[in-house]
Amino acid sequence: MTEATIPVSAVGTTGVSRFAGILRSLRRSPAGFIGFVIVTLLVLVTAIVPFFLPNVAPNVKEILLPAGSPGHLLGTDNEGKDVLIQMVGGGRTVIFVGFFAAAISTALAIVLGSLAAYLGGWVDTVVVTLADVFLTVPQIVLLAVMGAFFKLDSPILLALLVGGLSWPVLTRAVRAQVFSLKEREFVEAARLLDLGTVRVVFVEILPNMASFILMNFMIGVTNAIYQLVGLYLLGLAPLTGSNWGIMLNRAWIAGAIFNDASLAWILSPVVAIILLLLGLVMMTRSLEEILNPRLRDR
Amino acid sequence: MSGAVDTSAAELIEGPAVEPRPSAVRRFFNAWLVRRLFKAVLTVFIVTTGTFFLVRLLPGNPVDTYIQTQIAQTGISYEAAAAQAKNLFSLDPNQPLILQYLHYMANMLHGDFGNSVLSPGTTVAQVIKTYLPWTLFSVGVATVFSFIIGIVAGMIMAYRRETWIDHLLTSIGSLLHAIPNYILAILIVVFLGVKLQFFDLTAARGSYTPGVTPSFSFSFLNDIFYHATLPILAYALTTVGSWALVMKSSTVETLGEDYVTVARARGLSDSRIRSGYVGRNAVLPLFSQLAVSLGFVVGGSIFVEKIFGYQGIGFSLYNAVNGRDYAVLQGIFLVVTISVVVANLLADLLYSRLDPRIRVQGKG
Repeated sequence: MTEATIPVSAVGTTGVSRFAGILRSLRRSPAGFIGFVIVTLLVLVTAIVPFFLPNVAPNVKEILLPAGSPGHLLGTDNEGKDVLIQMVGGGRTVIFVGFFAAAISTALAIVLGSLAAYLGGWVDTVVVTLADVFLTVPQIVLLAVMGAFFKLDSPILLALLVGGLSWPVLTRAVRAQVFSLKEREFVEAARLLDLGTVRVVFVEILPNMASFILMNFMIGVTNAIYQLVGLYLLGLAPLTGSNWGIMLNRAWIAGAIFNDASLAWILSPVVAIILLLLGLVMMTRSLEEILNPRLRDR
Repeated sequence: MSGAVDTSAAELIEGPAVEPRPSAVRRFFNAWLVRRLFKAVLTVFIVTTGTFFLVRLLPGNPVDTYIQTQIAQTGISYEAAAAQAKNLFSLDPNQPLILQYLHYMANMLHGDFGNSVLSPGTTVAQVIKTYLPWTLFSVGVATVFSFIIGIVAGMIMAYRRETWIDHLLTSIGSLLHAIPNYILAILIVVFLGVKLQFFDLTAARGSYTPGVTPSFSFSFLNDIFYHATLPILAYALTTVGSWALVMKSSTVETLGEDYVTVARARGLSDSRIRSGYVGRNAVLPLFSQLAVSLGFVVGGSIFVEKIFGYQGIGFSLYNAVNGRDYAVLQGIFLVVTISVVVANLLADLLYSRLDPRIRVQGKG
């Protein structure tokens, strides 16, 4: 239903100034701005701060210290590793896989959706049928099954798999948008000038959907993070290295919920994940308001 | 596809004047229904085929792996191991691939998914029959609750826009929408279970108390609801926010429609406008999302059921993945997909009854 309701705004603006416009409007909506700040901070902190922190090493003398212990603000885990350092360093894989997977599925959706709408015919039929099939198969179940077949030991492989499975929703939305855009005069003109399919689709049509695509990209990031952390939590993705999902998995298996001293151990990745996803959802929602003026203040 | 859209546009402009006979409408509906059914069958067919080749062709082909381990562990001949594999996976590894495929499809049609690798003597069909109903029950109840509450909250938010109640509900909605169901499940276990002791987590494990005989008695119903409460709470709370937010947008849009202005101008009562004009039309687009959300929740059951120890299909899927029980894995994957296809079909049929335009446009 969103396909039909999101208005495609006037032509003539370039992709760059359009993007600046999105950022400007994002600042105007308080919730969107807060979301933007939360996400930016989390990305910066998890990307940069770990370089300045000591490596966490197991320490048998300091097992399961409660939060607030000297030297360990959030306590330690069942191997004596500092929870705060793990929490700060544990966002990298999660955020990277989330953004990378969303970039893959967004790119797939743009190419498949716009070509299906622009070329029509059998290309359209094949893309729509495939999208419908993939849309029906519950992705988590497919991921779990694939996880049993493949050794998903690198974050890039995981991102490829998650991104490669989650293109259908956006593909259908892009297709619907391009359908309406290709009837516009400026596209008609570009076609008459014989600028070539690729040029018309990617230079003339797509920049008009920039904010719409950005919004869906963020939804994609949210979904990828949901799936990724879930797979780690259940131990369905290999538990090498350290990230929020792996922290959750280890704390859950160790029964951290039953021990007051180790509550901070399981709750810190929980809080981090909620903050990240909340920031993304707030950004997405304010973008939706920008795209749909009826939702804005009258 | 594009052809269908174009004709429908012409159809809408020229209207029923072209073919006023009722039989034409009937034919149209039938054609839509046939198309929709065909789509559902096609989806199941593609997924079944995909699963077959996935199992046969992926690295560490489970059929060969099984045969190798049987030979290594029990020292039986290759033929005996292959015969066992044939029984387990409903695939005979010595046949040409195309024949294997046809056999596999024929077996599926008979509901034969083979036998479990981990627990010999148990058919995959039995596993599914034991676990699937509990997931359908808990997910179904949760979906109905969150859909209804979400719609009511969404309408309140739309009607009281820019008041404190709108801001409050929007914030709560965004928060709930952002929290993954397994994270909420962990929080429920920590706070409602361990800290406040509202629920006896050990007693609430499983889909019903062991030893209790399933019946239609009040005590049994009470028992299954006790066990399902926490999963239902987790599903309902994590989906109610999205329903409310979507309903808010939809209602706000509907409020701007001309027919609502006209209804107001005609002096119709507020309650009549609210239910008959705004609510009815605003809720329509949500039905098409109902099916998609069902697929999402059924998929999410693997997390929620594992955390609460609720013995539904997600729980058994987790066990199958962990134990590499390929036969069960494959069977559950197919059955979950088929349930989602059926749910999609039902939601589309419901949607088409509520909004006749969808039948004309032929878009699901």
